[in-house]
Amino acid sequence: MKPAELGEGGQSAVSVLEMRGVSKIYGQEPDRVHALAGVDLSVRAGEMVAVMGPSGSGKSTLLTIAGSLEDPTGGEVRVCGMALADMPPGRKARLRRRVIGYVFQDFNLLPGLTAVENAALPLELDGVAVPKARAAGLAALKSLGVAERADRFPDQLSGGERQRVAIARAVVGDRRLLLADEPSGALDSVNGGEVMRLLHEACQRGVAAVVVTHDAQLAAWADRVVLLRDGRMTGKTTRPPGPESLLMSEELR
Amino acid sequence: MLSVQIGNGAVTSAPSPNLRSCPDAVAADKYAEYYTGHDARHGNVVSVPHALLALLSEEPKYGLQLREEFEAETGEVWPLNVGQVYKTLGRLERDGLAESDGTGQDGPQKRFRITPRGVEALAVWLRTPPDMTSPPRDELLMKVLVAARVPGTDAHEVIQVHRVYLLELMQQWTRLKEGEARDDLSLALVVDAELFRLDAVIRWLDAADVRLARAAAEPPRPARSAAPVPQLRRLGARR
Repeated sequence: MKPAELGEGGQSAVSVLEMRGVSKIYGQEPDRVHALAGVDLSVRAGEMVAVMGPSGSGKSTLLTIAGSLEDPTGGEVRVCGMALADMPPGRKARLRRRVIGYVFQDFNLLPGLTAVENAALPLELDGVAVPKARAAGLAALKSLGVAERADRFPDQLSGGERQRVAIARAVVGDRRLLLADEPSGALDSVNGGEVMRLLHEACQRGVAAVVVTHDAQLAAWADRVVLLRDGRMTGKTTRPPGPESLLMSEELR
Repeated sequence: MLSVQIGNGAVTSAPSPNLRSCPDAVAADKYAEYYTGHDARHGNVVSVPHALLALLSEEPKYGLQLREEFEAETGEVWPLNVGQVYKTLGRLERDGLAESDGTGQDGPQKRFRITPRGVEALAVWLRTPPDMTSPPRDELLMKVLVAARVPGTDAHEVIQVHRVYLLELMQQWTRLKEGEARDDLSLALVVDAELFRLDAVIRWLDAADVRLARAAAEPPRPARSAAPVPQLRRLGARR
């Protein structure tokens, strides 16, 4: 399953993530909980979608199902056109290692590895030769503006640099789908916004992203925001016009 | 109805002048709804005189220069015409807060400088908190209060409509932050102020949603009957 096998020109023709009627039920009667109930979500390459909702609305369940870490009770999930339901566990694991990148709340960098080793880690785990993985790791660090920090350890990096390395690790190689759960962690709003800016820039280079957050200021970075409530999508923004509509028109001047 | 407040960094209703100028646009109408209540609540806090004093405190300046710098400092979201600039400068001069070169002629040749009294007035204004003590009486609050009472109305659905709209506004402001505001400190401050304000409204909607859900799940308490009804009327009467 090299990128080429994902389909030529599939970036725009096929949604990177396609969820149709996805439900997830936990527990047995009479204590069944519908974590998700018939969710449809489609994310194209280059697009960033934010999922918002109160605690218990199903946001995190949606993300774990999209990332193939959990199977839905009903409905269909496709990543790069491939149905997860038909996929044997080995292939699914490879998909997770090669196609999907994750950004966690606390960045989860390994303290014993340098920035470039952290960034290259997913590829090395996938059996890519060390020099090749390192080159890809460096390229990812470069795209996030931290190439000159490649040989530093996480504790020698600032908070902002650590975020960049974590995002580099999530996009390293030829990842198509970026999944992020409260990616700005406990950062202040300016630095949290910076994380979203970087994720949005990664999308503009062709990745599709789903970002789960409860923070409207972070969600506002996305191209679309969908709202979850009790496992259902209860609202979504339509792609807004550009910022120029907020600025004064020339004839006023 | 402008209420830009330079000095405390809060530009409370920057976009409204533009949007009011194009009342045909549906978006503008929708947008204005969120701002009319807001503007009324905060009063007409026009602080052009203080903004001009602040610019004059750097060095003596000409009227046109003041206008240009004013617009740049407010992130270019608040246009100012030349007439306004000279009218304000005239008042500052009358009040002894600024003075001009004694050439006697009006117009672009005249250069203005701040007086010691002007410096003092500016310092006092900077540290005077804007009036934020009045109770909230905005239109959105009224709509949520009413939605909770009108039979057959799904208050959650009403809240969701507003939440989505506010998020769309925030997305627009964020696009601005992503683009032009990146290299423009004043504009970044303006955009942040607006994003935090909209964010606060969304958080309030979230809290209202939870409260309404909780109230619906609980049987009504008998002690409740007296207080909320007159409260609702009182809020309505103030508008």
